[in-house]
Amino acid sequence: MFKRVGPSRHLLSTASVWILTALCLVGGTVRAASAPPVDAGDDYIDPGLAAIEARAERNQQAQRQGRDYSGKLLFTAGISSLQGPAGGGLNPWAVIGGYGSTGQIGANGFYTRVPLRDFDLESFGALVGIDDRIEISLARTSFDTKKVGAALGLGSHYLISTNSYGLKVRLSGDAVLDQNSLLPQVAAGIIYRTVDRANLVRALGARDDQDAEFYLAATKLLLEQSLLVSAAVTFTRANQFGILGFGGTRADNYQACPQISLAYLLGRHWIIGAEYRARSDNLASFREGNGFDGFIAFAPTKNVTATLALVDLGPIVGKSNQRGLYGAIQFGF
Amino acid sequence: MAQSSLDSRTLVGAGLILICAIFAPQRAMASLYQDLGATAGLVRIVDQLVENLINDPRIKAHFRNTDLTRLRAQFNDQLCMLSDGPCRYAGRSMLQAHKGQYIDIAAFNAVIEDLQSAMDHEDIPVGVQNRLLAKLAPMYREIVSQGNLPK
Repeated sequence: MFKRVGPSRHLLSTASVWILTALCLVGGTVRAASAPPVDAGDDYIDPGLAAIEARAERNQQAQRQGRDYSGKLLFTAGISSLQGPAGGGLNPWAVIGGYGSTGQIGANGFYTRVPLRDFDLESFGALVGIDDRIEISLARTSFDTKKVGAALGLGSHYLISTNSYGLKVRLSGDAVLDQNSLLPQVAAGIIYRTVDRANLVRALGARDDQDAEFYLAATKLLLEQSLLVSAAVTFTRANQFGILGFGGTRADNYQACPQISLAYLLGRHWIIGAEYRARSDNLASFREGNGFDGFIAFAPTKNVTATLALVDLGPIVGKSNQRGLYGAIQFGF
Repeated sequence: MAQSSLDSRTLVGAGLILICAIFAPQRAMASLYQDLGATAGLVRIVDQLVENLINDPRIKAHFRNTDLTRLRAQFNDQLCMLSDGPCRYAGRSMLQAHKGQYIDIAAFNAVIEDLQSAMDHEDIPVGVQNRLLAKLAPMYREIVSQGNLPK
């Protein structure tokens, strides 16, 4: 009746998250080789269109040497969210992750830790951004039940893990450079997720141990005000980001969960902001609340971003007020 | 009753005047041109910008045969005009000036970053920097080669 994720399949997908994360970290250190000589031509004689095009062709490779990577401006790639897609800490944004601009690729690997009042949430993963158009992300999130695990008869520090596979496509607009227009950058995305404790999440009332969620995000940088505004709607059946499975006895259909993020550019290397995320509430036994966070992020270069946040995830597995610190580090290009 | 509605209107009016009084001086002060240090400030920013451009490994190939004195003058006119200063840029259009060069978004953003560094060097606050960048950013549509624009 239910689709099952066998332990070997989950192990395999976990290995793929590890390998891709490692590849991205190694890739982040790769840099372009020496530049070939440039035929600068004569800038002061109009040589006609054909000659201009020929010269441009000859010079293309030479002129673009040294800027094969990291063509985006600082922070305009967002940061890796808990579940992989680029955005804020909780919400996906319409920006494509990684610092690759049009014609480039970018990637990063991240590690996030969220020690809450009664639980520990930990996530790591990687993403690749292609041509500032497509973003592929992977994340493995582990939920440590700590003492609550023992109280529920599962054992102290009982772990529940999810694997998330994300795909995001930029549909239209430019969040950063089109400053003469209020039209935002719009992207659509999908996150497919599996949870490794299928029997447990069913026993707790979830309908499925794997599911996809969909989102539509709109993001705009208001440079004149040094403000970034992002809104998204996620259609999901996930219980606690999928940690408690998908769907439930209270509700089992896809619910539209609005998400809002605001960020202010404090300085060239600093950004502060806040986020709100509405979440579905499907389980009869364990209620779920909305998520909030306030964050500060520091990026000394495009290769490193450190984020610190205060996060409130509401009640989890019957334990109310799950607030805590959110610490994240990511490396990439 | 007429009296009280008049009163509330007066109150709203007074409130509006107060709000205007609070924000008006800032508005008046907020001439971007002044905030960038007027002509003298812009000259220093542009000198530093050009210095950064010709030493930036990502884009210096584009400036090999460029008349730097002329480049400085044109940057000065343009930034002055964009920041509502008393100048007029009379050079070639952005489309003409960059024709035939292989300019992509990455190169355009590299120039933006070099300008940010130049303004950092002159201690221009980030909020003021961003107001100038907001006016510059849309020019990418004329500067970046057609084939390198996002589809």
